[in-house]
Amino acid sequence: MHPFRYVAASSIDEAVAVLREHGARARCLAGGTDILVQLRGGRYELDALVDVKGVPEASAMRLGRAGLDIGAAVPCYRIYEDAKVAAAYPGIVDAASLIGGIQIQSRASLGGNLCNAAPSADGIGPLLVHDATVVIAGPTGTRTVPVDGFCTAPGSTVLDDDELVVSVHVPRPPTRFGAAYERFIPRNEMDIAIVGVASSLVLDRSGKRIESARIALASVAPTPIVASKAAASLIGEPPSEEAFRAAGEIAAGEASPIDDMRGTIDQRRDLVRVLTRRTLALAAQRASAGAAR
Amino acid sequence: MTSKTEPKRKFRVVGTRPIRHDGWDKVLGRAAYGADVKLPGLVHGAVLRSPHAHARIVKIDTAKAEKAPGVLAVMTAADMPVAASQVLDLGEEVTNATYASDRVMARAKAVYNGHPVAAVAAVDLNTALEALTLIDVVYEVLTPVVTIEQAMAPGAPLVHDDLVGDDIGERVEHTNVAEHIRYEVGDPEAGFAEASTIVELECRLSRAHQGYIEPQTATAFWSQDGKLTVWTSTQASFGQRDALAGVLMRPVSSIKVVPMEIGGGFGGKIGIYLEPLAAVLSRKCGRPVKLVMERRAVFDATGPAPGGIVRVKMGVDDKGLITAATADIRYGAGAYPGAQINPASVCVFASYRIANARVDGYDIVINLSKTSAYRAPGAPQATFATETVVDEICRRIGMDPAEFRLLNASKEGDRRVDGPAFPRIGNVEVVEAIKGSAHYRSKLGPASSPAKKRGRGMASGFWQGIGGKSTVTISVNNDGVVSLIEGSVDIGGTRASIAMQAAEVLGIAAEDVHPSVVDTDSIGHTDLTAGSRTTYATGAAAIKAAEQVVEEMKNRAALAWETDAGNVRFEDGVFSNAVAKGQRLTFKELSGKLGATGGQISTTGVVNLRGSGGGSFAAHLVDVEVDTETGKVEILRYTAAQDAGKAVHPAYVEGQMEGGAVQGIGWALNEEYVVGDDGVMQNASFLDYRMPTTLDVPTIETIIVEVPNERHPFGVRGIGETGIVPPMPAISNALRDALGVRLTELPMKPGRIMAALKAQAAS
Repeated sequence: MHPFRYVAASSIDEAVAVLREHGARARCLAGGTDILVQLRGGRYELDALVDVKGVPEASAMRLGRAGLDIGAAVPCYRIYEDAKVAAAYPGIVDAASLIGGIQIQSRASLGGNLCNAAPSADGIGPLLVHDATVVIAGPTGTRTVPVDGFCTAPGSTVLDDDELVVSVHVPRPPTRFGAAYERFIPRNEMDIAIVGVASSLVLDRSGKRIESARIALASVAPTPIVASKAAASLIGEPPSEEAFRAAGEIAAGEASPIDDMRGTIDQRRDLVRVLTRRTLALAAQRASAGAAR
Repeated sequence: MTSKTEPKRKFRVVGTRPIRHDGWDKVLGRAAYGADVKLPGLVHGAVLRSPHAHARIVKIDTAKAEKAPGVLAVMTAADMPVAASQVLDLGEEVTNATYASDRVMARAKAVYNGHPVAAVAAVDLNTALEALTLIDVVYEVLTPVVTIEQAMAPGAPLVHDDLVGDDIGERVEHTNVAEHIRYEVGDPEAGFAEASTIVELECRLSRAHQGYIEPQTATAFWSQDGKLTVWTSTQASFGQRDALAGVLMRPVSSIKVVPMEIGGGFGGKIGIYLEPLAAVLSRKCGRPVKLVMERRAVFDATGPAPGGIVRVKMGVDDKGLITAATADIRYGAGAYPGAQINPASVCVFASYRIANARVDGYDIVINLSKTSAYRAPGAPQATFATETVVDEICRRIGMDPAEFRLLNASKEGDRRVDGPAFPRIGNVEVVEAIKGSAHYRSKLGPASSPAKKRGRGMASGFWQGIGGKSTVTISVNNDGVVSLIEGSVDIGGTRASIAMQAAEVLGIAAEDVHPSVVDTDSIGHTDLTAGSRTTYATGAAAIKAAEQVVEEMKNRAALAWETDAGNVRFEDGVFSNAVAKGQRLTFKELSGKLGATGGQISTTGVVNLRGSGGGSFAAHLVDVEVDTETGKVEILRYTAAQDAGKAVHPAYVEGQMEGGAVQGIGWALNEEYVVGDDGVMQNASFLDYRMPTTLDVPTIETIIVEVPNERHPFGVRGIGETGIVPPMPAISNALRDALGVRLTELPMKPGRIMAALKAQAAS
């Protein structure tokens, strides 16, 4: 393994300075559950790793009026062990509780999941259907971009070489909102999604019509994608099995999967159909339950 | 639970569940495995591997690597002697020294992806790894032979230009079929003519890796006086010594192999991989050299079980009796011959009495790593075809699968297709145990959701086990504790099971036998820990040594009591004088008097058990639930019944049965080598080579059946391997029951199940 420098940054400025110094040959380290494996596997070489767990903004999680801010290095377990967060952000909690196993969840972060930019990322779909944004810091200050569009290709993001993700902002969900994430893996843990689907929807006051919906798909395109046509088909529809099935059909058309060692094109399209229907049903159930509460 | 089948002799230690002797060290992390070896002056090595599955090596330039700071030695095949052609019989693996040498370091051609082409020793691992990037290898890439069809096609590229095939005794040149064997009894064609129902299935199986957690390692020190010591994680310390002698062209006695604690083997740690490379690097730099394989290399370059194509045809008459059966077994050996087609042929019909049968086995070389033994090597793949055919027959003729097996079961005196007659076996008893189980009598119950379906399947399996040579030395200490020295590497709790057999004879507690596994210079020849032989054969050696101790102790008691040795009785751990009431000494008391009666006692028991180990049959029953929208399979309930002869340590017998079932479940559902046309494995990691996790398997319910093995003093049968044989067909049969479709290709992964359901819907 190529020798690299390890810097435990204690501020955003310090982290940015190291990134500037090394350019593309430096990367940030949060839980390390992807990057360390990739380095040891020889996938790429680095000259510096910047540990951001000591950066206060990256390790904070705050639930406020405007929504939820999750520091880029906040490990998954802190998300699902927080009862208030778990109640308000069910889709995100679904993902945080199934990434890797318990040991992985005690290190891995959603920020890291975003920056790793895997097509199969479990954490990104739920952020998409929760309309989350990414807070990015660089030499000239901070900027905010939507999660939708943050990943540009497998392993690539909109981050410049001298930028890092500080946190993710998830707006406070409206009332009668529900979300869910499910993935298909052949095993029951420690696996990569053959397909992952996140869905969210908002029911109208009567609870009988869908006011708005979001659907995101993982492992069926170069990045996690938003299935906007499938989501649009649900507006004004009742939260019914029939509507969810139709949305699944449209979502399967929006997917552009490939054959690889983990699954085939046909299998992935089938799974998009099934998981879209199942996650929408669960999201609707959660939306009704939330409204009743 | 234990199913009692007949009255047996009374045991005091055998059949109990003491804490294993190596338990503390393993639980507390003190046990030293291969990678834990630390020696003065130790340096580290790394291996450069071919990225091509088939390529001529035009040139290797190591000059830059040799000059790199910190590099102590660089080697290629040019640093190894050209090994003379000779058969190396490592027990469950037989190979030729020339192939064994070529396998560990490519000479003219790289014949599998991951084939070593050079190795470096350096002051630390990172320096060694960096030095690998300085070695320049020029390859002429050749077309790889990846599948069995490709290998057997006319005009196929040849894995080895000089391979001479043996087609039932006929020499064949320019071929990838190393061997074609045939066994035949009776008249299969006439038998099929008598059949009222005939079923034939062709099954396809992926190669599957043992998946041991500890990767291969080797540390070697080649001393200036020509003595080579190798510390390694192996199942076969003596086999490794002999293989090293053959590959390095050195006298056997100049080599000492020190077996370290082993982190899983399952047959995969019999052959040599890193040992000769560490040895040559050590010779070149004069320092001890350690090599540890990366997981990627373990998948790419060590030996999994072969995949293959197995076609089985079976006919039954209107009473359900088998009239004839044939099997065509084609296994992909990998880059060198030796795909275990013989044990496959032995086992394929072993569960049934068949008067007319023929088995053809083909050992086929392809450009993938050479396969190795894996738990009942060769048997699971062949049995998959037989047991799915049997299940289809039961469905066609409307017979209960347990009844069919009882009706057609092989019994004592029946001949296997390869000739030998079975001794006393427990084939009927294991099927009866399943039939009598709570599981068998339970209702399957409704599925947990409308999208899911449930099914139940049964299958049988057999592994013959081997005997072979073992040596055990016992020394009696004056505190009544004995030390037991053995050469059998402990994989599955054999320190305990062997010590318990000695304790049984000596009338002492299992804890009062202290077992040690020692190196090849410190004990007489002992064959490998494999073939379900260790508890059986090394146990027999321990019994023999212990019986000699008892005889000598009787002499000493006679001396102490000034009586004839013939008057000394030994019962329940107590020596007594038959002619003088009240004269009695426990084993411990007499041990304290050894000094005064002629000194300490030590004995050696040597056995060489010929023929099979007596054989162990199993029958498994499984309930599955399948999500018909995703193809995901959940194992709801699993019961394994197996004949242990006599279970020495029932907990470890159960552990072996459970382990076999779990590995079989993995092979059945998800484990596979995904190999592209380029011969490169695409899923060479534990992330993508999908072995089951603890969340993927239910509690395996076990039923130990005890039909004594007439070849062992206590009736013990080796039980380590049979458990992996039935799971794959049992699950295929359960899926057939649930879904109405027959899965004949392994693994039966979700995508394949969905494709089968779609094909069913379309037809």
